[in-house]
Amino acid sequence: MLSLIRSIFYTFLHAFHKRETQDYPEKMPYLPPRYRGRIILSRDPDGKERCVACNLCAAVCPVDCISLQAAEGDDGRRYPEFFRINFSRCIYCGLCEEACPTYAIQLIPDFEMADYNRQNMVYEKEHLLISGQGKYHGFNFYKEAGVNMGVKATGGGENENQPVDLKSLIH
Amino acid sequence: MAKIQIDGTFYEVKSEKNLLDNCLALGFDIPYFCFHPAMGSIGACRLCAVKKFANADDKRGRIVMSCMEPVVEGMIISTDDPDVKAFRESILEGLMANHPHDCPVCDEGGECHLQDMTVMTGHNYRRYTFKKRTHNNQYLGPYIKHEMNRCIQCYRCVRFYRNYAGGKDLNVFGSGNRVYFGRQQDGALESEFSGNLVEVCPTGVFTDKIFNKHYARKWDLAHTPSVCQQCSLGCNIIVSERYGMIRRVMNRYNGSVNGYFICDRGRFGHEFINSPDRIKKVHLRASKASELLEVDESCTLSDFMGKKVIGIGSPGASLESNFALLNLVGKENFSHGISEAEHKLTNQSIRLLQSRKVYSPSLKEIEKSDAILVLGEDIAKTAPMMALAVRQAARSESIKLGEKLGIPEWNDYAVRELDQNHQGPDFIVTPSATKIHELVEMAGQAFAKAENPLIITGISGGNEDILDACSTIADALKKQGKKLSVSIVFPECNSVGLALLDGLTLEETEERIDGRQKAEEKIDTVIILENDLYKRASKERIDAMLKKCRQVIVIDHLMNETARQADVLLPAAAFAESAGTVVNNEGRAQRFYSAVPLTGQLKPGWSWCNDQWENLDQVVNALVDAYPVFSAIKNQMPDADFRCSNEKIARQTMRSSGRTAMNANISVSEPKPPQDNDSPLAFSMEGYKGSPPSGLIPYYWSSGWNSVQATNKYLDEPDGHVRNGGDPGVRLFDDIDKE
Amino acid sequence: MKYVFIIAGVMIVVLTIAAGLIYVERRLLALFQDRRGPNRVGPFGVFQVVADMIKIFFKEDWVPPFADKAVFIMAPGILITSIFLTFAVIPFTDKFLVLDSNIGLLFFLGNSSLGVYSVVLGGWASNNKYSLLGAIRASAQMLTYEVFMGLSLVGVVMMADSFSLREIVEVQKNGWFVFPQFLGFMTFFIAGIAETHRAPFDIPEADGELVAGYHSEYSGMKFGMFFVGEYMGVTMISALITTLFFGGWLGPAFLPPAFWFFFKTGIFICLFILIRASLPRPRYDQLMEAGWKVLLPLVLLNILATGAILLLKHTT
Repeated sequence: MLSLIRSIFYTFLHAFHKRETQDYPEKMPYLPPRYRGRIILSRDPDGKERCVACNLCAAVCPVDCISLQAAEGDDGRRYPEFFRINFSRCIYCGLCEEACPTYAIQLIPDFEMADYNRQNMVYEKEHLLISGQGKYHGFNFYKEAGVNMGVKATGGGENENQPVDLKSLIH
Repeated sequence: MAKIQIDGTFYEVKSEKNLLDNCLALGFDIPYFCFHPAMGSIGACRLCAVKKFANADDKRGRIVMSCMEPVVEGMIISTDDPDVKAFRESILEGLMANHPHDCPVCDEGGECHLQDMTVMTGHNYRRYTFKKRTHNNQYLGPYIKHEMNRCIQCYRCVRFYRNYAGGKDLNVFGSGNRVYFGRQQDGALESEFSGNLVEVCPTGVFTDKIFNKHYARKWDLAHTPSVCQQCSLGCNIIVSERYGMIRRVMNRYNGSVNGYFICDRGRFGHEFINSPDRIKKVHLRASKASELLEVDESCTLSDFMGKKVIGIGSPGASLESNFALLNLVGKENFSHGISEAEHKLTNQSIRLLQSRKVYSPSLKEIEKSDAILVLGEDIAKTAPMMALAVRQAARSESIKLGEKLGIPEWNDYAVRELDQNHQGPDFIVTPSATKIHELVEMAGQAFAKAENPLIITGISGGNEDILDACSTIADALKKQGKKLSVSIVFPECNSVGLALLDGLTLEETEERIDGRQKAEEKIDTVIILENDLYKRASKERIDAMLKKCRQVIVIDHLMNETARQADVLLPAAAFAESAGTVVNNEGRAQRFYSAVPLTGQLKPGWSWCNDQWENLDQVVNALVDAYPVFSAIKNQMPDADFRCSNEKIARQTMRSSGRTAMNANISVSEPKPPQDNDSPLAFSMEGYKGSPPSGLIPYYWSSGWNSVQATNKYLDEPDGHVRNGGDPGVRLFDDIDKE
Repeated sequence: MKYVFIIAGVMIVVLTIAAGLIYVERRLLALFQDRRGPNRVGPFGVFQVVADMIKIFFKEDWVPPFADKAVFIMAPGILITSIFLTFAVIPFTDKFLVLDSNIGLLFFLGNSSLGVYSVVLGGWASNNKYSLLGAIRASAQMLTYEVFMGLSLVGVVMMADSFSLREIVEVQKNGWFVFPQFLGFMTFFIAGIAETHRAPFDIPEADGELVAGYHSEYSGMKFGMFFVGEYMGVTMISALITTLFFGGWLGPAFLPPAFWFFFKTGIFICLFILIRASLPRPRYDQLMEAGWKVLLPLVLLNILATGAILLLKHTT
């Protein structure tokens, strides 16, 4: 019985404590740089789209809110023909960023995406693509990958030998 | 049969098969690369290692390659010994040393045997830090893309291309670490089976260029079991769709028809569905002189029906579509739309096949024939997969020779060394050949010795005499107590099915339309169903015929010459957009299903031609009532109400992505998945995902097996028959035999 | 005519307090939980009540098709009526009361018993498992606590020698009954919480287990009646505690008697909210056990002691 009264008393004392409430719109909260907010698509150091349309982000997305179609340029370079994120479904889990093999898709500290019309929350590639490299600088997938897609010649990568000359007898 | 002990459990296994084959049949996940159930083993990749123990007391054992190991009674092996696992991992590490880092842009990614095996063996971290070997790629034509850096030197491609399919222009070059698979110089691959390299290659060296133009990952595609409509063999295929568009065609295993392979026509010939020439809307012509114009309103065929109507069906359309038209216009007004000669020959052929005299073999049975006579048909062109089967049958003598010397059939390289390209007795005779009698005589001698003699002929090059000759030979062989197999190649995918329905020839149709009859019998409307008549008779004849009709109604999917002559043009769903049944040359009725939900004004042919039936099952019921010869279709094919564990079978994989975004550009509210009233398959990722009945398998996948190698998980044994209902399709002529 | 004014006045006052409590409770809970509470609508969020009222009035008034329609509609009405009737006997001041009945206290007890019908019928008519479970719990709980609610007041009645609430207040001129009847006050207070099924005794509603219990199926203004009814119940119990134990309108004369009444009542309303913020819900069997095994003997003891002392005083 006494313990009950003590609880009531302690609760009453809380009336004089400091408020925990964040006064959000009046006072902006601090967001760390790796905060997982709005999703963007970044570009490689050459200024070209980093996304190679591998579909891994779409596959890993737990709410299936990413949809894209792969296409190939004349030089063989892959890019997404369209890239659509339905932010009204997105749960900002960041799995797409973890799955991305080219650092193309990144989550940035911006969460103010609410809208009165859900249709406005469907973002196409032109809304997602930024002009910079985002969080990861200097990475160019096609320099690392073993394929020639217009960025480096076959065998021209840092970790590659020159192509084998089959017509030669010398190894 | 032999009894062996695997991982401490005893199993009954087949002694004529190798150890790997048996283990895979029992469901063990043994990694492998170079072994292929249809091509046997050569022991090139060293991945399928298992441990073999000399006897029960032997605790150390020794590592052997299971694909090169014959099964011996009482043998003891272990598939998951730590030594074996370490060995496999080190082999894979070696194979991966030069493999490029390009899975994200590789078309094989997500259905890659190398990816599966890497995960299965547990090779996670790359230790090789030196530079990778690279190769220049070749241009291999419009269908196949070459990316040699990805090669792991399993030799499957050349073994298929040269040894199995008889191609000449793909070979292996170089030695040591520089082994190269390609052509002597850039150029299109010549073999009509080159597309199979995509499925045979365990990694992404050979990829599908057509698919690449509108690529989607395997897990994103919605797959539907279908039947190839390019020739009369009816190979089973999987048609895959994404975003409402047909993306690719892959082989669907049918142990009695096409096995693991399909020809390039079947694999790459589906692109007409995405063609700009597709008829997607109703077209009308206001008067004979005016233009054919698109109309937005929906309409039905009955809006245009005349008083006296004649319907022209097509051997290229499904049984249901033809029957619906027949039912609409009446038996006496239904035409097959084929020439008198073809009509007569087809009917005669079917009578021969239906008679008990000869046996109509499946492609798999053709492979087992030991004497083949090909009469007057260029099967490499008209039925390529039959030519491939004949090629396998030609090896029957060398396989027998090998068996005599104790070399099992699966030991592929040894058998091929043994025969030194010797081929068994098969003879190709064209009626124009001069020495025909001599050859037939030789064939007669070979037939007398053979156990499974086979005659192959066809409608396109054949004549009635050949069919009569078959009948005579069959009689002769019957006296020896043997049954002759006769396989007849028909011109189109449903020639046999159509011939089983009543109908007029093209010549009779012309006569009916000609107008020499009484006025009240004069034909005023002709309905042409998916049939380009200009390909069947001269332009003058067809022009004259169509001109006499007051109204020409064409139901078709492509804007061809006939369609351009139409007064009313109705858009028909192509084979990949509708469900139906076709009967192949063997008399096997097979069901195909729509891979894409229908949109807009598109309707299947049978739906245009009737108002009373709402789904395919009702058409089939009416068909069976009218023509009892098809009753096996109704009895043996699951109808649309069929359920697995109370669920429809999902066309999409459980990894299917983008569900909440793919239509979001149109409306952010997700639509209900399209309904399929014609089949037990669902246009959704929700539904049954296990092992459905054999004819309804939408795609091959098994835990840990994302590549086409998962096919074996759906078979009773590798290169065997489909589990859960046997090989798809119903043989119609067998039923008659039983009666 | 005068009665009409008084009745109208009482109703307006009660409804205003009850509606105001919607806002006050949320603000106070926030205060006790280090939050801010509603502060968006109007200065300090005071118009939150208006916003809530607008919402609740304009919500679709939906009767589930599987419900027993007549009873379903009747149930919240019973609650509101019974509570309103109770306020008829409460003396806000010696002048400002509707009915100075000589059986005022019995009238209150009778009416509060009627309240149980509303809950039981509401849960039954909803035709929903959770609602019915809530209703069953509510009936058992209210019946139990009614027993010693009545008994806890016997001491007061004995001391005041009257059932008239006005007279009970006037007797307290010599000293509030809370001191001699502390045990009675405590038990009445606990029974009062249980009677209005407020937290921690909100077992019939129990969001986490019963999805709002007997009023799961209610929406719109019918739910609003349950909602406001609960606050009216709180006001009623607080007013009765004030009347029976804390001298009603009595207080220093520099402020009007009505102020003292409402001031005291307000303190008890706040106490109700503070208890809600502090204490967790007991288990159902614990509640019943506490009622029958602890509180009932205590109340009987109180009656015995009071009677004995009064008898002693009388004889001496």
